[in-house]
Amino acid sequence: MTAPVRVPDQHVGSLRRLGDVLSSETCKLRSVRFTAWALLAAIASNVGLAALLAVFLPGALSPHDKATIDTTRVSLGGLHLSQVACGLLGVLAISSEYTSGLIRTTFSAVPDRCLVLAAKTLVLAAAVAIVTTASCLAAYFSFELLLTEHHLRTSLADPGVLRAVLGGGFYLTAVALLGLGLGAALRSSAGATATLLGLLLIPPLLLELLPNSWKTAATPYTPLQAGSAIVSTRQDPGSLGPWGGFGLFCAYALLALAAGFILIRRRDA
Amino acid sequence: MIEATGLNKRYGSTVAVDGLTFSVPPGQVTGFLGPNGAGKSTTMRLILGLDAPTAGIVTVAGRLYRSLRRPLLTVGALLDARAVHGGRSARDHLLAIALSNGIARGRVRDVLELVGLQRVAGTRAGGFSLGMLQRLGIAAALLGDPPVLMFDEPVNGLDPDGVLWIRTLLKALAAEGRTVFLSSHLMSEMSQTADRLIIIGRGSLIAQGTLAEVLSSGSPATVRVRSPDAVQLGVLLDRRGAAVHTQPDGSLQITGTSAEHVGEIARAHGLALQELSIQQTSLEDRYMELTRDAVDYRSDEHRTEPVS
Repeated sequence: MTAPVRVPDQHVGSLRRLGDVLSSETCKLRSVRFTAWALLAAIASNVGLAALLAVFLPGALSPHDKATIDTTRVSLGGLHLSQVACGLLGVLAISSEYTSGLIRTTFSAVPDRCLVLAAKTLVLAAAVAIVTTASCLAAYFSFELLLTEHHLRTSLADPGVLRAVLGGGFYLTAVALLGLGLGAALRSSAGATATLLGLLLIPPLLLELLPNSWKTAATPYTPLQAGSAIVSTRQDPGSLGPWGGFGLFCAYALLALAAGFILIRRRDA
Repeated sequence: MIEATGLNKRYGSTVAVDGLTFSVPPGQVTGFLGPNGAGKSTTMRLILGLDAPTAGIVTVAGRLYRSLRRPLLTVGALLDARAVHGGRSARDHLLAIALSNGIARGRVRDVLELVGLQRVAGTRAGGFSLGMLQRLGIAAALLGDPPVLMFDEPVNGLDPDGVLWIRTLLKALAAEGRTVFLSSHLMSEMSQTADRLIIIGRGSLIAQGTLAEVLSSGSPATVRVRSPDAVQLGVLLDRRGAAVHTQPDGSLQITGTSAEHVGEIARAHGLALQELSIQQTSLEDRYMELTRDAVDYRSDEHRTEPVS
């Protein structure tokens, strides 16, 4: 029988431990089917919607629309759906361990819980960033390829276009991390999913109840508006700008993650 | 070696563990026994650093669990066999655990073989029976080949074959010099596996020691006598200070004297004896006796004398 590798406990350095936990969390993410399904759904949504919009949208546009439309943003219309898949992947990356009780096995194998959450954050961010950035590029190119009205076309060299397309991947990665933070803080799959969707979808509805001037002032700060500013090539007046808006969205995600880091340390498992 | 000193855990106003002090020595199987809700699982979570104690400390191999960098090489534990991701295969479940402690991949195959799951290694654990999950949990505990092993109710849900397998395995692990600590709420199971017992009720220590020590600390053995002259014999024994209880069937239950003494008195007075026997307290009775006041939920029927 192969004996396990025995390195005296105190000789295991911090970097080595981080490497161990990273490979463990990679194995976990890779070995459940949901990961593949969620990422495939994100790709299908990004590329599929881009193709559909390229084929059917131009016919529905008035000459005025055609002059003002942000076609890069339209090509990333799949983000509306893929953000749900990515957010859910983030939530379940940790909440599934809480609901099954596996989290106790995880924490008894790695008592440094912040190390576990940090490794989950890195592994999830890497996986989602690679897949979604690639799929946003694929979405943009399929949109351009299928677009029959040549004057609507843009190029990656046009101002803001490359940033918007790559930004689609950044945004989806940040949504996944927001989900992970909520999952870690709330521990329940249903609770964290509902909170995530609520954060993205409810503020615009609530703002409808406010007087118009308030609504205009507050809209850029809602998570969805702030985060999606990075995929626009034409900024509305009063918006926070692509990086300002995305920065705010990242701050929301970091807030959720920070809550996760604090609670995971303090609570009994 | 596991050592707990003044271990205390409160959840709000509920006291789950109340000043527990005990030690679990290596080379033996130590049974951790108590009624449901006595605090066994809480104590095990405290040992593993999963819950923080309200007061007191517990160490494993002389160290606080949370200070261990590769804990699985020191302690292997099975708390809840159902705690697996149903969509992950047995092999990947073990691999993720092994990688976190820098344990070689080959060890996963070894422990799967050891618990007899090699043929379902690639199957998703969601389809496993409770018995298979128990084996998977034991495989996970053995990954780091640790000197200390802890199992919470490991035979729950196992068929007789599985129970026998676990008993043999636990004894073999202890014989290799390891510390083996397992909890149960069933004395009958412990009496066949454990060398030592730690009995708790309502979070407090009730007894600890070897099986024989726990047994002998109980009420003295009783002598049972059936005799056509029971009344006369009863009076004679009573006069000599023994406690005599007449049973519904006419027999006598006598404490405070020996069987030899009863026999001699009967002969000296020419009384006939139809039965003279020593009623040894069983571990089961002793356990009932010890935990009688510490059981949270019990049916009224059970409250009367246990049937022996």
